[in-house]
Amino acid sequence: MAKQLNPNDVLLEVKDLKKHFVSRHGLFGQHTTRVQAVDGVSFKILRGETLGLVGESGCGKSTTGRTIIRLYDVTSGEVIFDGVDISKVSQGEMRQYRKKIQMIFQDPYASLNSRMTVGDIIGEPIDIHNIAKGEERQKIIWNLLERVGLSKEHANRYPHEFSGGQRQRIGIARALAVNPDFIICDEPISALDVSIQAQVVNMLEDLQKELGLTYLFIAHDLSMVKHISDRIGVMYLGKLVELANSDELYDNPNHPYSQALLSAIPIPDPDATKHGQRIVLEGDVPSPINPPSGCRFRTRCKYVMDVCKEVEPEFIEISPNHFSACHLNTVNK
Amino acid sequence: MADKLLEVKNLKTSFFTHVGEVQAVRGVSFDLGVGEALGIVGESGSGKSVTSMSLMKLLQYPGVIKEGQILFEGTDVVPKTEKEMRKIRGNDIAMIFQDPMTSLNPVYTIGNQIIEAILEHQNVTKQQARQKAIKMLELVGIPSPESRIDNYPHEFSGGMRQRAMIAIALSCEPKLLIADEPTTALDVTIQAQILELMRELKEKINTSIILITHDLGVVADLCSRIIVMYGGLIMEEGTAEQVFYTPKHPYTMGLLKSIPKVNKKEKERLIPIDGTPPDLVKPPTGCPFYARCEYAMKICKEQVPPYFGVAPGHRSMCWRLHEDAPAHEDFIKESNRGGTHG
Repeated sequence: MAKQLNPNDVLLEVKDLKKHFVSRHGLFGQHTTRVQAVDGVSFKILRGETLGLVGESGCGKSTTGRTIIRLYDVTSGEVIFDGVDISKVSQGEMRQYRKKIQMIFQDPYASLNSRMTVGDIIGEPIDIHNIAKGEERQKIIWNLLERVGLSKEHANRYPHEFSGGQRQRIGIARALAVNPDFIICDEPISALDVSIQAQVVNMLEDLQKELGLTYLFIAHDLSMVKHISDRIGVMYLGKLVELANSDELYDNPNHPYSQALLSAIPIPDPDATKHGQRIVLEGDVPSPINPPSGCRFRTRCKYVMDVCKEVEPEFIEISPNHFSACHLNTVNK
Repeated sequence: MADKLLEVKNLKTSFFTHVGEVQAVRGVSFDLGVGEALGIVGESGSGKSVTSMSLMKLLQYPGVIKEGQILFEGTDVVPKTEKEMRKIRGNDIAMIFQDPMTSLNPVYTIGNQIIEAILEHQNVTKQQARQKAIKMLELVGIPSPESRIDNYPHEFSGGMRQRAMIAIALSCEPKLLIADEPTTALDVTIQAQILELMRELKEKINTSIILITHDLGVVADLCSRIIVMYGGLIMEEGTAEQVFYTPKHPYTMGLLKSIPKVNKKEKERLIPIDGTPPDLVKPPTGCPFYARCEYAMKICKEQVPPYFGVAPGHRSMCWRLHEDAPAHEDFIKESNRGGTHG
């Protein structure tokens, strides 16, 4: 099932993206705290590719997705979509790019307006972008519903009449309504039951094949991410620590954090768990308000060296298309 | 298996709501040995959490245990009064919940909450209870427990809160610990820490554990025996190996096929279970899985299947296992290969 991807056809390039949240407190707000949610992330996504982004809560994976689509304003860095840096265009100009970049959210209970019918929910982006009116609009909505495995009778119902899996399908239909090129899937299956997750993932794969979609797939379920992604980036405390093809990452994880993260996946196989070597990380993720100096993972890393405290490791290519940011790669050689 | 700690016989629990009677648990029987770890797996609405709440008699209005017995060390807890239950809860049976933030009281210190549990059930002074609380925090791996004991829940991270919950639950050395999705709200690396901790504690203090989860990976990790629930009934029960390698119920087979395999090389398409779980206000007359089952026969719609024993300790509720049922090649193939092998 190998996909044909053109390595020169880059749809999205993110360069040194930073998103810091500043909160002011104290009298007249003279004290500020800076949460470095995303702090210098760079990657490329090819047309038709699925890039997975994994990491634990607070690592900045969702913020990265939301910053790309400008739900948050960029602190610094570039987001180059189809050759244009969309991190600097005005909100008005951004509207035309929102037609090309869509998003699917995690919680299908919160992301659909409960006072609107399903038809209107899917129709809203069609109206906003003036795509169609009247009968044609109706037809598009029906087609979309059928495309995501629902039927046109569902258009007149309200979200509460649907199960979680069906609601997620409605969310996907809404994202598809404007014919996007690129969809950011922010934990689209985390809230769903196991048997329903596979239904949604299969549908996302089919849609990609039929419509040539490109996905940024953000999730914390590592086995599902591996299944759907061509390449995977691992994030920790606002930084990308490793990026590689999905098989390569799972077979030869380079960064100590990726190694620990992958070994922590509970495998549904009693034998594998008995013989598997699990790396249990000590402690918790430090606060992004005051991240550790040098390598951000050093406080939990068992290979920590003196250099890790002082110098931030560079994100370098350790083998073709396999990037990692760890001093172990440079010190031992 | 040594002595039976818990025996559940034909438990039926319903919620009498304004839309009608929701039959959440529709006749569940199982038992648990001393020191054993049992996993109950199921999706939302399968009745797994209601089963565990029934064991503790913590059902909220309008939930009622309609029928059945819950024998804890030989005595039925179903007819017990609230006052009698308070002696058992925390002391003999303890429970940890999914969300450690909502199950800890935000206005009391962690220490207060552990000490409260100890003072309630044990005849010790406040000083002794505090010492014990510090020891419990140390046992569950909280660094510098002497000072951490005076922290409030918001000063703890998610993983530490769940550790504190476990410390409270284990402070009176219960014979049975019920863990309802204890790691679902946690990140994978923290989940690994908590599972490791539970395994260690099980060996150290020989507590029996009932682990309720939707994550097949988590049960494979900790439990020696597994119950698969669907539509308020137990579909299949067996050892972890039996359930994972030779599943005998189409629902179990389907679940195993619908999760991606990390250790597999080439990308295979996932095989989902089509459809959605049944409505338990009007539960189907036959097998609850009938509507989604690829091996369904006519009888499956009409009658709930009995349990068929397929191996010692391994039973499944499926008409396909009846001796007169027509052989189905795929069914036989699937049941011999399981989810993870091959």
